[in-house]
Amino acid sequence: MRHIMADQKLRKIAPSEVAELARFKTALRPASDHVAESFLEVEQLNLFYRDNVQALFDIRIAFPERQVTAFIGPSGCGKSTLLRCFNRMNELIDGCRTEGRILLENRNIYDPQVDVAQLRRRVGMVFQKPNPFPKSVYDNIAFGLKVQGIKNRRVLDEVVERSLRSAALWDEVKDRLQDSALSLSGGQQQRLVIARTIAVEPEVLLLDEPASALDPLSTLKIEELIYELKAQYTILIVTHNMQQAARVSDYTAFINAGHLVEYDATDTIFTNPANKQTEDYITGRYG
Amino acid sequence: MNTTSQAQHISQQFNRELHKVKTQLLEMGGVVERQLSLAIAALVEGDSGVAQQVRDTDKSVNFMEVSIDEECARILARRQPAAGDLRLVIAISKLTTDLERIGDEAGKIAKQGIQLSESAAVEKGYAEIRHIGQQVGEMLHNALDAFARLDARRALLVAGEDRSIDRQYKRAVREMISHMTEDPEQIGSSLNVIWSLRSLERVGDHARNIAEHVIYLVTGKDVRHIGLKAMAAQVDEDE
Repeated sequence: MRHIMADQKLRKIAPSEVAELARFKTALRPASDHVAESFLEVEQLNLFYRDNVQALFDIRIAFPERQVTAFIGPSGCGKSTLLRCFNRMNELIDGCRTEGRILLENRNIYDPQVDVAQLRRRVGMVFQKPNPFPKSVYDNIAFGLKVQGIKNRRVLDEVVERSLRSAALWDEVKDRLQDSALSLSGGQQQRLVIARTIAVEPEVLLLDEPASALDPLSTLKIEELIYELKAQYTILIVTHNMQQAARVSDYTAFINAGHLVEYDATDTIFTNPANKQTEDYITGRYG
Repeated sequence: MNTTSQAQHISQQFNRELHKVKTQLLEMGGVVERQLSLAIAALVEGDSGVAQQVRDTDKSVNFMEVSIDEECARILARRQPAAGDLRLVIAISKLTTDLERIGDEAGKIAKQGIQLSESAAVEKGYAEIRHIGQQVGEMLHNALDAFARLDARRALLVAGEDRSIDRQYKRAVREMISHMTEDPEQIGSSLNVIWSLRSLERVGDHARNIAEHVIYLVTGKDVRHIGLKAMAAQVDEDE
């Protein structure tokens, strides 16, 4: 895997351009973000699939800590691709190449010295289809910790309970911890997967269409859960459901054809977006 | 930047629903405009028949208000409109309230007209009623036109005219007061005229409200209670 490091690229930028760049970067922080240092920041990210097909174009965006940011955009616009950049999942795709930097607490996650397994513990991910392991409810949660070498039963019990409680699932499964995870309903399985993800105490949660395979009530439970989880985690969510983005997120980024079109407070995006493309998309109009 | 989109929705049904409620609102606006001009004409011409007709129309205006609001609630519940569509539905729902109130004021003017036609009034203040009445009628017309065309600049002009109405109203009331001191026998009919002037002044306020809702609809900026200068700045910024 070949990464052109942004450090090398940055040296090529003329001093006169630096101020311009800084201004541009400021503009891409959500208006109401007063945090000087952003927790997670994307700098000039370009992504190419096999045969140099470019999927993301010069993405620059900064995310405030412990807030929910939703990525919306038409199918194939690159929002899931962007989401997968944050835990370097795209590297699993043959021929995929990423340029630019993503800073997690000011450290570039594409730095060659970064331990990807460690990164993925810090940046957890939940997919559209619930994917519990074919193991017991208990073992699904304990799995990550066991991999980390934690064997103490009391510690494991405590983490399992805490994670299931955080995922609003404890009351429903506390009497069936040894049952197969596959015996749970779809909505329960998805919350189990979220519990498994937060068991290893990540800092960022990536949710890729986490509720699109669920019924409306399970969907609302997941949304409620997202609201509760943001007290502890920085959450990035990809969703096709615009009302869902409007309900759960603090900030919304509209992505179209690999470009970040608009990024602002969700209230602004859904009542008075600045860009006509955004307006047409969220109001369901022909482009 | 004004992004209020004129492009078609992918859902043609949604397009039709928005178009329908917008048309209904403009129809209601037309009815209220006519109510207002008839009420003024009935008063100055002493035609109690026309005045009664104005008062009877009030029921259908009330009915329109309710049915347009119902339609807005239905759209909100079923379509969850966003951005410009959301602002359109909110603006329409607020416009119905102002239009209904203008209808009420027209009814009050008609009522004063009926009382005046039954008294031996000397038609003092009628010229002012006619003059201010014509101006607020134009304000209302232009505000509705600004709504139909999504024209924030035109709405801004309407909002600006309200001040001049307020000034003229105060002057007219002062004159009516001195008229009453000069001719106490005319106090009853003078009060009828003052109430009518008051109603017209209120119509001006409602026309201004409508204009403000139009500016919100077009620009996304809430310009209520911020003064004309700030309002103009918001409209400028949007262009």
